[in-house]
Amino acid sequence: MASRTAISCGIARRLSSGYGFATRSMSSWWTDVEPAAKDPILGVTEAFLADTHPDKVNVGVGAYRDDDGKPVVLECVREAERRIAGSENMEYLPMGGSVKMVDETLKLAYGENSEFIKEKRIAAVQALSGTGACRLFAEFQKRFQPDSQIYIPIPTWSNHHNIWRDAQVPQRTFHYYHAETRGLDFASLMDDVKNAPNGSFFMLHACAHNPTGVDPTEEQWREISYQFKVKNHFAFFDMAYQGFASGDPERDAKAIRIFLEDGHLIGCAQSYAKNMGLYGQRVGCLSILCEDELQAVAVKSQLQQIARPMYSNPPVHGALVVSTILSDPTLKNLWLKEVKGMADRIIGMRTKLRENLENLGSPLPWEHVTKQIGMFCYSGMTPEQVDRLTNEYHIYMTRNGRISMAGVTTGNVGYLAKAIHEVTKSS
Amino acid sequence: MASTMLSLSFAAPSLHQSQKREVGCVETASLFGNKKVDLLFKGKSLGRTSMSVAVNVSRFEGITMAPPDPILGVSEAFRADTNDTKLNLGVGAYRTEELQPYVLNVVKKAENLMLEKGDNKEYLPIEGLAAFNKATVELLLGADNPAIQQGRVATVQGLSGTGSLRLAGAFIHRYFPDSKAMISSPTWGNHKNIFNDARVPWSEYRYYDPRTVGLDFDGMISDIKAAPDGSFVVLHGCAHNPTGIDPTPEQWEKIADVIEEKKHIPFFDVAYQGFASGSLDEDAYSVRLFVSRGLEVLVAQSYSKNLGLYAERVGAINVICSGSDAAARVKSQLKRLARPMYSNPPVHGARIVANIVGDPTLFNEWKEEMEMMAGRIKNVRQKLHSCLAEKDKSGKDWSFILKQIGMFSFTGLNKVQSDNMTNKWHVYMTKDGRISLAGLSLAKCEFLADAIIDSFYNVS
Repeated sequence: MASRTAISCGIARRLSSGYGFATRSMSSWWTDVEPAAKDPILGVTEAFLADTHPDKVNVGVGAYRDDDGKPVVLECVREAERRIAGSENMEYLPMGGSVKMVDETLKLAYGENSEFIKEKRIAAVQALSGTGACRLFAEFQKRFQPDSQIYIPIPTWSNHHNIWRDAQVPQRTFHYYHAETRGLDFASLMDDVKNAPNGSFFMLHACAHNPTGVDPTEEQWREISYQFKVKNHFAFFDMAYQGFASGDPERDAKAIRIFLEDGHLIGCAQSYAKNMGLYGQRVGCLSILCEDELQAVAVKSQLQQIARPMYSNPPVHGALVVSTILSDPTLKNLWLKEVKGMADRIIGMRTKLRENLENLGSPLPWEHVTKQIGMFCYSGMTPEQVDRLTNEYHIYMTRNGRISMAGVTTGNVGYLAKAIHEVTKSS
Repeated sequence: MASTMLSLSFAAPSLHQSQKREVGCVETASLFGNKKVDLLFKGKSLGRTSMSVAVNVSRFEGITMAPPDPILGVSEAFRADTNDTKLNLGVGAYRTEELQPYVLNVVKKAENLMLEKGDNKEYLPIEGLAAFNKATVELLLGADNPAIQQGRVATVQGLSGTGSLRLAGAFIHRYFPDSKAMISSPTWGNHKNIFNDARVPWSEYRYYDPRTVGLDFDGMISDIKAAPDGSFVVLHGCAHNPTGIDPTPEQWEKIADVIEEKKHIPFFDVAYQGFASGSLDEDAYSVRLFVSRGLEVLVAQSYSKNLGLYAERVGAINVICSGSDAAARVKSQLKRLARPMYSNPPVHGARIVANIVGDPTLFNEWKEEMEMMAGRIKNVRQKLHSCLAEKDKSGKDWSFILKQIGMFSFTGLNKVQSDNMTNKWHVYMTKDGRISLAGLSLAKCEFLADAIIDSFYNVS
């Protein structure tokens, strides 16, 4: 990014060269605009698409694929779309989005019979999928807790850093992943929680941590919750994979429920990108649990105030799909079945990948492949090894060694295992 | 943030007393001793009330209610009104003569087509749907425009007009931190919010002349001239919102002159292409003029009104640069701003646009429906004007209603008078005196004329 001085010089240069020009100006305002680096995740898919090799494999972005490697539109979604196509008008949703969709979404996170929902204590708005929900919260945090920072786990989804940075909220990190065990560095995590100033804001992955797939156990979550209470920390949950981790949405919400039971006033971002396959529809929800209904109304109004100059009101189509499905018991049951199916396929692929690697006689441990949970596997490979996978084997993934298990199929798991073995066997 | 006390209703009284100290002392935890273990497991069974602790005091204690949005809040108030004669002339959403929302036939056809095709819902690239981006820039500039041929246009799909404006605002803030935006007085209310939240300083240029209920052209030119060189001048491509007053072609040339002279950057907000005159090409006149003069231009587009896709949030930000290299770089930086806002834009509406524009039959049908919608509004203008002229015996000239263009009319009513419209007549409009003719039927013109005349003459 060009510095202020450079930009002013750019303008000065432009102005001085501009005098005397009649109608056409050949130099550009954008001289100092440098090309942005490719997004580390979405850039992978671009590169994959450009590759013409027949055996290419995309285990980069976390978008679910069936066993033929094809994108999937859930049956429940198709049916919902059939019902709504051409019939609903497209009038602006209220700034807070579809009330029906938000109500159903809160039940998923907070519980079907949540007292917080009954008492109307949750300020909630429809958001532009998980990204939009996180960004709304970050802007809200900046506006109403301007002196606060956000604690983000190492590692995390790379866009988390972009989001809080662009919202101008200073970031700190806390320990999370333990490279040696490819598991959770619980002791360091707890230290960081204890050492953070009281009342700090923490961003937690509710389930199926991205990119590591490493989640705390239920016991560990309880300890984290307890310590949060001692320290009066604020817990913001990013839940992008509810249903996708274990196959059971209720189970996947366990961490959140523990915090709720312990009396925390949490914030939560939810996304339907993965668990309903609505990626490109950008459907999600931001919720903030408040002390009472009055406060919830005030907080919601402020969230809307932030959304208005960003996009006015959120897109309707995906929200309609969600509310159609979740408010119809038959469709909802179908959805639950399909989510479990997707989660099961991934669990099956984890088993296969690990088996293959072990059968190839890999000198490295691979238990983490089946221990980790959700869409991603943090393989432990180095950027250099990943580069070799891409350049020599046409296997596309992010350079942090994250494998999107959703892209693994019975057709490519053998090839993938072989390639991984080849680039890691000497390490 | 208030410091709070840890109080546990099930703890022994003596323990409770000695716990009255600030939260955060590490010793607090050790006070529990065995109790700590109990907490972890008992917490669940005893439920929330017995864990009445520090965290029940919210960090967001002091947050006050945000004011209702001046435009979208109107619709909310309208919905709450139970009076039979109520009329919603607030938000600019097209209504049929029966005052029903209107889904264009081409849109229904496109959606059914899409359902048959069974497209997947994969993430779009950050810059949006390629077919949409191609269609939208061709619609704006004309398919044979040299700027497009030369690859000089950076186009990124955005969240309708608002989202596209916001992306541009964020871009201006990042790359032109010393520049400010100039917006017309008055302008669409959300322009100010967008620049505020994007942290771009702004000031106003004169636009509306209440004496003539027309354009204060001299004031406009003078203010644009007085602005610091290199300002971003926000212009409404056509059908100015809220006034409905557009510059003439000659005036557009003069505006381009002064912008060039001051090395300003023109920034068009095109939310009504097709809705002003009924012709998509005609309504793009101002933008095409500026581009043909070799200026670098920003243009935000929206398909909310002209395709009735309001809630699908379809639009685009275009930056017409002097070269293709600059365009590529600008596009990459716009993407970088979009990623932490929403990652990638919603696909559904973009596909609808691409399907319609990409199919000659559907495209023609759209043009016809566009003409029909714009035509209805012109008819309503005529009727409203003749009702007013007939009922107002004072001889006041109401012809400005005919001269104004697009969905809105600036009635010249002030805030108090506008309130009277709502409170007495149950006519909902914005407090700046703007009415949305898209929400008016021929049948209601007489009633509205009565309300306007009453408010104008009997309220001050």
